[in-house]
Amino acid sequence: MKKEIVIIGGGPAGLAAAVSAYDAGVRDILILERDETAGGILNQCIHNGFGLHTFKEELTGPEYAARYLKMAQEREIEISLNTMVLDISPEKTVTAVSPERGLFTLEAEAVILAMGCRERPRGALAIPGSRPAGVYTAGSAQRLVNIEGVLPGREVVILGSGDIGLIMARRMTLEGAHVKCVAELMPYSGGLKRNIVQCLDDFNIPLLLSHTVTAIHGKERVEGITLAEVGPDRMPVKGTEEYIPCDTLLLSVGLLPENELSKSAGVALSPVTGGPVVDETLETNIEGVYACGNVLHVHDLVDNVSAEAAKAGLSAAAYVQGKKTEKGDSFRINCGRGVRYTVPSTVYRDEKENVTIRLRVDNVYKNASLNVYFGEEKISGCKKNIFTPGEMETLILLPKQWQGREGDLTIALEDNA
Amino acid sequence: MFDAVIIGGGISGSAVARELSRYQGHFALLEKENDIGEGTTKANSAIIHAGFDAAEGTLMAKMNVRGNLLTEKLAKDLSFPFKRIGALVVCHEGDDREGLQKLLDRGIANGVEGLRIVEREELKELEPNIADDVVCALYAPTSGIVCPFLMNIALAENAVANGVEVHLQEKVEKIEKTAEGYRLTTSKGVIETRAVINAAGLYADTLHNMVSEHKEEIIARRGEYYLFDKDMGSQARHTIFSLPTKMGKGILITPTVHGNLIAGPTAEDIPDKEDTETTPEGLGKVRKDLSRNITGINTRSIITTFAGLRAHRPQHEFLLGEPEDAPFFFDCLGIESPGLSAAPAVGEYIASLVAEKLQLTKKEDFIETREAIPDPKEMTPEEYNELIRREPAYGNIICRCERVSEGEILAAIHSPIPALTTDAVKRRVRAGMGRCQSGFCLPKVLEILHREFPEKPLSDFCKSGQGSAYILGTVKEELA
Amino acid sequence: MKQELTCINCPMGCALTVEIENGEVLSVTGNTCPRGDIYARKEVTAPTRIVTSSVPVKGSPYTRMVSVKTEKDIPKGKIFDCIEALKGVELNSPVHIGDVVVTDAAGTGVNIIATKEA
Repeated sequence: MKKEIVIIGGGPAGLAAAVSAYDAGVRDILILERDETAGGILNQCIHNGFGLHTFKEELTGPEYAARYLKMAQEREIEISLNTMVLDISPEKTVTAVSPERGLFTLEAEAVILAMGCRERPRGALAIPGSRPAGVYTAGSAQRLVNIEGVLPGREVVILGSGDIGLIMARRMTLEGAHVKCVAELMPYSGGLKRNIVQCLDDFNIPLLLSHTVTAIHGKERVEGITLAEVGPDRMPVKGTEEYIPCDTLLLSVGLLPENELSKSAGVALSPVTGGPVVDETLETNIEGVYACGNVLHVHDLVDNVSAEAAKAGLSAAAYVQGKKTEKGDSFRINCGRGVRYTVPSTVYRDEKENVTIRLRVDNVYKNASLNVYFGEEKISGCKKNIFTPGEMETLILLPKQWQGREGDLTIALEDNA
Repeated sequence: MFDAVIIGGGISGSAVARELSRYQGHFALLEKENDIGEGTTKANSAIIHAGFDAAEGTLMAKMNVRGNLLTEKLAKDLSFPFKRIGALVVCHEGDDREGLQKLLDRGIANGVEGLRIVEREELKELEPNIADDVVCALYAPTSGIVCPFLMNIALAENAVANGVEVHLQEKVEKIEKTAEGYRLTTSKGVIETRAVINAAGLYADTLHNMVSEHKEEIIARRGEYYLFDKDMGSQARHTIFSLPTKMGKGILITPTVHGNLIAGPTAEDIPDKEDTETTPEGLGKVRKDLSRNITGINTRSIITTFAGLRAHRPQHEFLLGEPEDAPFFFDCLGIESPGLSAAPAVGEYIASLVAEKLQLTKKEDFIETREAIPDPKEMTPEEYNELIRREPAYGNIICRCERVSEGEILAAIHSPIPALTTDAVKRRVRAGMGRCQSGFCLPKVLEILHREFPEKPLSDFCKSGQGSAYILGTVKEELA
Repeated sequence: MKQELTCINCPMGCALTVEIENGEVLSVTGNTCPRGDIYARKEVTAPTRIVTSSVPVKGSPYTRMVSVKTEKDIPKGKIFDCIEALKGVELNSPVHIGDVVVTDAAGTGVNIIATKEA
C-alpha cells in the first residue's frame, strides 16, 4: 500500500507531526503506534506541569495527550494501534505487524520518525552485585504504579535525580512506600528545582549529590544496596560505603533515543545525542525521512517536543507536495565551548524561514552568555544567570543573520565579564 | 516406585533424562527451583568447545569431543539454536608459540578434527577485527555456540514427551539406601526409586556424600561476564580465546547464537554456593581485557553483567558412574567446563550405564524430535501472516527489543515445562533479554502471566526463585 | 523567625531566607530576581500544591486505572489528606476528563477530577 506520510509512533511527537502535516494540506497520513492507546509515555506521566507553553495552562500528561489525540481525531487522521514497525528500508518501505492487520508493508513518500526513547537499564551502569527482583527503571515503576495500580516496592532507594526519578519519589511516597533517599552521581541534579522542592523536600526525602550505588544485595528480592560518595572523577571514594536496607532500587539514570529502526533505514546518528543528524527541516541524511521528539534528542519539556514535531510535519508535507526546492549549499552549526550538541546541526543557506536551534550545555555555568558566531563575527548572544545540562536551550536564528555570510556557525558559552 | 530418579534439571540432568527416556521405565527428574536450568547452565559462555583443552585420555576430553559431535544432530532434532562458528586461540607477539603447538597436539590426540595453526594474514581474513599484535592462532573449526537455556529446555521437554515426569520446586533433602534401591526425602514428600542419577551441579557433593564413604567436594568457582548489545554482535566472528600465559588464562569473547557478544569469565573460588554477585574487581578484570584480542568493542554497548558458578572439583575431572560403595547411584559430578559441550555425551553414557544396570529395554515409540515455539523472525512473510491469521497473538509484539510476540509468550507459559516466572519466559522466548532489559515489557509479561493464572494475585509472580516477587501490594493499601 | 527555602522558578535554585514575625513576612533575602521574592512570600504564608494520583476503574475497555488531580491548588499540609480521600474510590466506565471523582476533598473545598478518558 502507498502512503504519503507514515509516522512511526503515536506519542506526543507523532501526534503533533500528524496534525501539522494535515494542516499543511496532506490528507494521506498514517500513524503507526505500538501500544494499545495513542499518547505514548504521557499516559503514565499523571503529574501536572505539561503544556504551559503550548496551551498556556498546566495540564497532566494524560490531559496533554488527550488534547493532541482530539486534534488528530477531529482531522480524522488514521492511527493504527497495536502496530509494531519491524523495519524501515532506505527506500521508505515500512514493514509493520499487528494482530488485526498481520504483517504488512507501506510504501511511504515521507517517513517521520517519532519512536521516542528508552531508559538506560541497570546493566548499562554495570552496578555490581546480585540480580534480584526489585531493581526497576523509574519509568517501569511509573507504569506499574500509575497504569497498573500496584506497588513495586515499599522501602525504596532511587539512583539518579532526573525528573522521572524525582517524580517517582513523590508518587511512591503518596501511594504508601517509603523513599529513603535519592542518590545522584553528579554534584548537581539534572531535575527541575521545582521537582526537587515539591517531590523531595515536601516529603523530607534526602537528595545525596555526588553519591552512587556501588552494589546491589539480595538473592531473590533486593535486600539492600551499598551507597558511596564519589570523588571529582565520579569514582566511589573508599571508606564512604554505607549499607542501606531496602527492597527496591529505582534507576533514573538517563534516556536513550530509540533508533534501531532509523539504523535499518540507513539514517546517520549523532554519537552525542544518539539521535539522527538533521538539517533545519529536521530531515535526516535519507531524503524524505524526518525525525522529531525524543527519538531525535531527549527533551525535558513536552511543549518543545510538540513544537519540534510540528516543524517535522510541515517539512514532510512540503516534501510530499513537491514544494521543497533542491537543496543547495549549507552551513554547519559547530559546538563551541560548553555546548554539547545542537539540533539541527546544519542549515541550508537558502532557507527562508527562521531556524529554531535546540541545544544542551555540558555543565553548570553561572553568569554566562550563549553567543553565536559566524567565523569571528558575533551575530547574537543570550545572557543568563545560569545554564544547566538538564534544561534545553532554544535559540532562534533569522535568515538575515546568515544571508551573505560565509563559513560555518559556532555557538559557545562565554563567561560574563 | 520409579526406575530412576534424576536429581537436578540442569543441562546434565536433562540430557540424562532425555537419553534415559529412550528406554521403557518410570522416570522422574527433580528440580529444586521454579524452573529447570537455574544453576550453572544459565550463566556460562554458551560454547560447544571443540575439545583441545582437556588433557588426553580424560573423561573431560572424551565427553567433550563426543558431545560436540552429537550436538549438531541434537540441535536439529530438538530445534535449539547451535552454530558451528569455530574458535581461535590467539597468540600475541612475544607469546609462547610452543604453547599453541601443544594445544594443537593435544587436540589432535583428543580426536578433534580440522585443527590447524593460522598465520596473521589468514587470521585477519577470518577475523577482521583481530588486534594488531596478534601474530597467529590455533583455529578450531568444529567449535560452536549454542543457546544453553534452549538446549536445556529442549532436552527436558523431549524427555517429558517421552514420559519422564519433571517435578519443579522439589528439593532432595535426604537419600537412604533401601532393599529395592533408594528412598529420597524431598521438600514435598518421599520418593522411592531403584536408581538415582546425581546431577545436582554445585550440590552434587552433598548428595554423593549421603550415600558414599568416598567423599567428594565441589567448590563454587565464580565467573563474571559482560553481555553486549547486538550492535557489537558482529565485532567477533569466532569464539576468541587467549593463549594461556603465566599471567593466567585470560577472558574469551564470543558472539552468541542470538547475535549479541559476551566477554568473560573470571575464575574465583568462593565459599558460598549461592553467591552469584558480580564484583567491581571481577568486572574490572574483564573490562581491562576487552580490547586485548578484538578491536572496536564499545563499553557503551554493555547491556548487562552476570556471574555464574562452575561446579569445580579439585581433581578437575568429571566423575561419572557408580561409586563402589553405592550401587544404583550414578554420579554426574564435577561437571564444569566443558560440561555444556559434554552434556549430550554424558547423557548418552550415563543412560547406557543405568539401562544396563536396570536391564531396561528400548522403547519402540521413542519420540526423537521436538518442536520449538514458533519464531516469527525465522518465517517468511507468508508463513508469519498465516500464523497471525490462526493466532492473532503472534502479531502483538510485547518485547520490542527482541521482537517477541504475545503468542510466543503464551506458548512459553503453556509449554511442556510451563514458564511460570518472568525469567523462565525470558529463557524460552527472550522477552526482556534485549537492550532495555525488560524495562518496557516487564509490566506486560506480568500482566499476561496474571491473565493466564487469574486465581493467583499479581504479587505471586516472581522473577525466578521463591521470594523474588516484583509486586509487593496495591497502591494506597498501606496508607493509614 | 527565619525560614530557609529553595526558589523553584529557575535552575538557579536560589537559597532564600525569609524572616517572619507573627505570620508577617518581614524580609526575603538570597533571591537574585523579583520572582524569588514573590515565591518566598507565598511559600511561607500559604504554600499550595496540585495533587495527582490514580484510582481503579471498572468496565473500561482501555484502562484499569484512571488518573486524577485536584482541580486547583490545595494547601500543602493537605496533600496526604487528599490522597486518603481517594482510598477505596473506584470508578465505573465511562469516565471523562474533568468528571468529579471526589467533591470537596479533605475539606479543602477543591474537587478531585479525572484527567483521563476511561
